[in-house]
Amino acid sequence: MAYSDKVIDHYENPRNVGSLPKDDANVGTGLVGAPECGDVMKLQVKVNPATGVIDDAKFKTFGCGSAIASSSLATEWLKGKTVEQALAIKNTDIVSELALPPVKIHCSVLAEDAIKAAIADYKKKQEKESSVGASA
Amino acid sequence: MKLPIYMDYHATTPVDPRVVEAMLPYFTEKFGNSASRNHAFGWAAEEAVEKGRTQVADLVGANPKEIIFTSGATESNNLAIKGVAEMYREKGNHIITCVTEHKAVIDTCKKLEKQGARVTYLAVQKDGRISLDELRNAITDKTILISIMTANNEIGVLQPIAEIGAIAKEKGILFHSDAVQAVGKIPVDVTAMKVDLLSLSAHKMYGPKGVGALYVRRRNPRVLLAEQISGGGHERGMRSGTLNVPGIVGLGRAAAICKAEMATESERLRKMRDRLNEKFHKSLDEIYINGSMEHRLPHNLNISFAYVEGESLLMGINDVAVSSGSACTSASLEPSYVLKALGAGDDLAHSSIRFGLGRWTTEEEVDYVVDKLTNVVRRLREMSPLYEMVKEGVDLTKMQWVTH
Repeated sequence: MAYSDKVIDHYENPRNVGSLPKDDANVGTGLVGAPECGDVMKLQVKVNPATGVIDDAKFKTFGCGSAIASSSLATEWLKGKTVEQALAIKNTDIVSELALPPVKIHCSVLAEDAIKAAIADYKKKQEKESSVGASA
Repeated sequence: MKLPIYMDYHATTPVDPRVVEAMLPYFTEKFGNSASRNHAFGWAAEEAVEKGRTQVADLVGANPKEIIFTSGATESNNLAIKGVAEMYREKGNHIITCVTEHKAVIDTCKKLEKQGARVTYLAVQKDGRISLDELRNAITDKTILISIMTANNEIGVLQPIAEIGAIAKEKGILFHSDAVQAVGKIPVDVTAMKVDLLSLSAHKMYGPKGVGALYVRRRNPRVLLAEQISGGGHERGMRSGTLNVPGIVGLGRAAAICKAEMATESERLRKMRDRLNEKFHKSLDEIYINGSMEHRLPHNLNISFAYVEGESLLMGINDVAVSSGSACTSASLEPSYVLKALGAGDDLAHSSIRFGLGRWTTEEEVDYVVDKLTNVVRRLREMSPLYEMVKEGVDLTKMQWVTH
């Protein structure tokens, strides 16, 4: 199977590989997929609480080249977006940007799930923070 | 050293130039139909076919009359299994095979099941071999055929063929073995193996694609097969169709070369395979060999590089041709059923790479492949959330994964 140039580029030069401190209240972590399915994505966002803008995003992915490229691209897109804008990213955007073939669409779905999971984790932490603040 | 490097000799092999040379006249000046009995063109073709038949028979310790030429091992497997099921229908309808067989055997059995046959698919143990006790327990008075491969195409594991043959003989059941990966690489002898039917293919042993053979025992017992391709009654009526004369000449020559060079070549490959294995173990942690190392083809290695997905590994070594059991490299999006059958977990199946060494593999290539792959594994592990979690002390098996 031939890969698109963009997939190869993300595979060879992945953007934003790494980890953010997962206990930080401003960091949201999404972990999706399963080892037995052949792909696991960890995607993290660091949100500026004052502006609601994502300052930083990191990923680590166990998966095929298209899964690596989908998560790498997602972190690129997330930076500078507000949380609400980030939630508007659709898997189909990733499919068209990377020219993924039909058998690789699940990689883009996983990346969208990872974004949603990371932001949900961030929001949950924020609610906890504010409820702790309120009760104090 | 020339790139790309071919290390996928289980998939297919290049045709040996000596084989090509032997074949060439049979495309042009010696083009006759071996079934033409009344002129010199036919006689020349027939003579060539009979020489090929003898060369193939010699390689597996058979009588030339016991060799039936086919289009390849898929056809041989189909003919053996369907041919027996049809011919011995009155005697019984039960077939015993194994879960790690090639699709040409498994799918043939599945088709027969739809037509009313009963099939037992024996599980394999962790080392990839069947249990002889389970085989004995599976036998019923309706069992007409046992079909167990000699060597597995993915993990190279050798089944206890002679022991299976002895059980089959004791119970009066026919025994077929798909020996495609073993013939020409390790000694295969139909008498020692007590096998009644044996499939082989030219393109796995440096011969051309599109030609193979089925050994069909003629004595003790005389095995009968219902033809699956009808026509002019070629090949003792078991396989009609004008014989592929150049292909058969090539198969024969390939068989003769394999026989002459097997002892030295298998030792050379074993040493290089062991070098590949040792070097990987020195340079990387958490790598796992799939299947028995003791009962294994000398030129096969199948390793899972934990926490790294197979297709992404292949992408990083695009100047090396190997294959992976990862779902992403298969059309079905399912990881290798052979590796799954070993019970090591689907995650390790996704992380597996099969190395198949062959006649033109050099030590320099082995070293290149180890270095290249080691670098890619390290790079991908830095990128792997699983590797990170394990290093943090997380037990991956206790995680609640969000499957999709």
